[in-house]
Amino acid sequence: MPYLIEGHSGDWEVIVGLEVHAQAITESKLFSGAATAFGGAPNSHVSLVDAAMPGMLPVINRRAVEQAVRTGLGLRAKINKISVFERKNYFYADLPPGYQISQYQHPIVGEGTVTLDLPDGTTREVGIERLHMEQDAGKSLHDRDPDRTFVDLNRAGVPLMEIVSKPDIRGPEEAGAYLRKLRAILRYLGTCDGNMEEGSMRCDVNVSVRKAGDADLRTRTEIKNVNSVRFVMQAIEYEAARQVEVYEDGGQVVQETRLFNAQTGETKSMRSKEHAHDYRYFPDPDLLPLVLDDGFVSEIAATLPELPDDKKRRFIDDLGLSSYDASVLVAERETADYFERAATGRDAKLVANWVITNLFGALNKMGKDIADSPVPADHLGQLADLVANGTLSSRIAKEVFETMLETGRAPGAIVEEKGLRQVSDSGALEAMVDQVIAANPDQAEQFRQGNRKVAGWFVGQVMKLSKGQANPGMVNRILSEKLGG
Amino acid sequence: MSDLTDLTLTEAADGLARGDFSSLDLTEAFLAAMEARRDLNAFITETPDIARDRARASDARRAEGATRGRLDGLPYAAKDLYCTEAVPTTAGSHILDGFVPTYESTVTANLRDAGMVMLGKANLDEFAMGSSNVTSHHGPVRNPWGPRNGKDLVPGGSSGGSAAAVAARLAPAAIGTDTGGSIRQPAAFCGIVGLKPTYGRCSRWGIVAFASSLDQAGPMTRTVADAALLLGGMASHDPRDSTSVPVPVPDYIAALAGGARGLRVGIPGDYAVDGMPSEIKALWEAGAGWLGEAGAEIVDVALPHTRYALPTYYIIAPAEASSNLARYDGVRFGLRVPGDSLETMYENTRGAGFGAEVRRRVLIGTYALSSGYYDAYYLKAQRVRARIAEDFRRAFETVDLLLTPTAPSAAFAIGDKEDDPIAMYLNDVFTVPTSLAGLPGISVPAGLSGDGLPLGLHLIGKPFDESTLLRAAGVLERTADFRASASV
Repeated sequence: MPYLIEGHSGDWEVIVGLEVHAQAITESKLFSGAATAFGGAPNSHVSLVDAAMPGMLPVINRRAVEQAVRTGLGLRAKINKISVFERKNYFYADLPPGYQISQYQHPIVGEGTVTLDLPDGTTREVGIERLHMEQDAGKSLHDRDPDRTFVDLNRAGVPLMEIVSKPDIRGPEEAGAYLRKLRAILRYLGTCDGNMEEGSMRCDVNVSVRKAGDADLRTRTEIKNVNSVRFVMQAIEYEAARQVEVYEDGGQVVQETRLFNAQTGETKSMRSKEHAHDYRYFPDPDLLPLVLDDGFVSEIAATLPELPDDKKRRFIDDLGLSSYDASVLVAERETADYFERAATGRDAKLVANWVITNLFGALNKMGKDIADSPVPADHLGQLADLVANGTLSSRIAKEVFETMLETGRAPGAIVEEKGLRQVSDSGALEAMVDQVIAANPDQAEQFRQGNRKVAGWFVGQVMKLSKGQANPGMVNRILSEKLGG
Repeated sequence: MSDLTDLTLTEAADGLARGDFSSLDLTEAFLAAMEARRDLNAFITETPDIARDRARASDARRAEGATRGRLDGLPYAAKDLYCTEAVPTTAGSHILDGFVPTYESTVTANLRDAGMVMLGKANLDEFAMGSSNVTSHHGPVRNPWGPRNGKDLVPGGSSGGSAAAVAARLAPAAIGTDTGGSIRQPAAFCGIVGLKPTYGRCSRWGIVAFASSLDQAGPMTRTVADAALLLGGMASHDPRDSTSVPVPVPDYIAALAGGARGLRVGIPGDYAVDGMPSEIKALWEAGAGWLGEAGAEIVDVALPHTRYALPTYYIIAPAEASSNLARYDGVRFGLRVPGDSLETMYENTRGAGFGAEVRRRVLIGTYALSSGYYDAYYLKAQRVRARIAEDFRRAFETVDLLLTPTAPSAAFAIGDKEDDPIAMYLNDVFTVPTSLAGLPGISVPAGLSGDGLPLGLHLIGKPFDESTLLRAAGVLERTADFRASASV
């Protein structure tokens, strides 16, 4: 269902384009050998190049180029064999050379596509405009001293991939779905850890609105540096509503840069001085155009992992999962891997159900990631086996699962130790059924006269007697035989 | 033993090899000469302690039979644009006050590793922007050929201190840098040999950048053989400079053998600019004659875009400079003039730290890159630059070398042309096209002006063919038989 804002004058559609700055996973910076590791004492990961000492020259990090190409391939995008690094010139204390090396007219990756998995199980395509490589700036710390600003250059020169979407996103839900999907793709590829809290993924949000059904785009505003999926969604919601109000009050939306305040959930205009830059882009004469040969690209293509969309399709087609279950399982590579380890050679739908219903719920309660799951994948698979082959009833299986969560032990061992094996021995079950019938002649009489309701009550009594270990299917059958059902 | 400072680099190398004198003897002789001619202002920083230490170390190696080759123990002067570890590096600018690099440029490191002895850091135009060495914050350099008519002469620029030091026998050789003629023009003004190698032949790592796509290091020496010897030590492929080209460095000394026979030398008529002084024209014709007599075939060639070279250069070089010099902001090193905001601190620092010529070029370059002007200036200049390079490429289909004058005049008086930047920029009219095309060029002292001042001839070679360039320069040197020397 499309996201529309109801106004006095009719419905308004929301148009969103996202610029995501994703830190490429590399050991060293884009143009220097300094480490990219997060944390570390201020200015402890700074080379002479990062500090822009006189005479220092940038040298492109091959690994960063590989990561950009890998990401481009993952976005099903065109890889540009020739790209150019340019200088974006502006003065700031945490930008030592006075320019940021970035790609401008000739990015390394061109148009591509991201497929959104929407909550209703449908999908939608969002176009990628481009991906380009650039260096991050350092950090100015204004709050350490009343009179001075400190500069930390640890981040200066860290490689970023700026991934620009087309204005194909319609509203906050789709923006959230886009960011989650993009982050999943990056994590599958191993090109960005997608950690928004540590700043390794940041987002600029372009928002405009138009009357539902209009074809032309109206003026957009850009909300800078929003650092969580939730904030992006909130910012769009607020900003779109604000723009609708401006139009409906007879005003015009001004093209401007705005900031999102996470406390108030509002966006506010940045003073124009802060973005009135003429960046004077020109090709960086210290760097030659970046030329990729076919071998370089095809080698990376050959090592590309199975991506979420392909995995989802395979889970549906080969394992018989529902579209919803498949989407949920592939959303994180770790989850998909866990599921596959647990499901291999087993009833995949049963395993999927255990992962999604039981394991996710338990992990959620514990506040743990699947990587830290106390239940290893092979144990969960074994549990599914015990259910499938009738050793455990599903009720007992849940008890075993609780013990697995607490102890981390294998289900077989728990079943043996606690003697939880389901009783499917017909002699033993018959004895128990006889015992229950003998003790409850009235109910037995009702059963014989065809009161089906007491059938369930009888099964329950037998289960109680067996401490839950009786095979309920067999109990039912024996009861029917004995009481002539 | 004759005065050690009269020796060429090659003669000094021979003397060291024979054991006629030690590196320390040689070094002391030059240090004494430097001290005696401080009036020339050729050096910004003298490094006698480093020089003596390295000379002693070289002598010790030689005594142990562990000498590092022909350059081991030979003194030289480095333009103060090369960053040198633990030695102040100024680029001739106030803004680098107090800056002492913790690192050594690749070229000076190559020479240090070859055993050479650095005597000091030579004066230069501020950030290598100039053709007269008068823009240096550390004062102008006097040309040792002066004074004339009571006036001190410029040594040319921007490598003016390096040229003056070699001409005045304060160093047997020097290293300069050339962006539009900054090695070749001062070499011509001071009567020495100056070679700008092919762009990418020497590493730019650790050289304070002026215009990255043009800057190139090169030797400044008394003879062509010395230039060959020194270039062999400077050149290398450097992975730290992405524009350094991975080609082998040939034996330039061996390349000197052989004359001009078989060479085809082009004379570009397009260089005969209006108002070229007759003595310059006459020398150019004489040079062609000498090469012809020595067996070269002299042919006319066309370089039709030559006249656009100077305006093209004065867009591209300032554009790159405006960006390269943004790092001098008072934040991390050098001069800081406080202000009550970051912007004011920038303005105060850069206003006080940069001289007039640097400010002029930063303004020109900023303008040329500005939105709305980029296409008309920078982009167009890049297109013209490609045409100029194409002219040369086509000419080199039929010739091996080109011969032109180095500069349109002999050295002029300090203060002349100072108020007329265009007249000053014309100094580089013959050297700039080569720089734009990235080609190697060498200036060889070939004659005297009517005032008895040295004039140079300029040979231009194919990319990475410094060998042929040196070989032909050797022929010019022998036939010109230039013997005059500065009034030392």
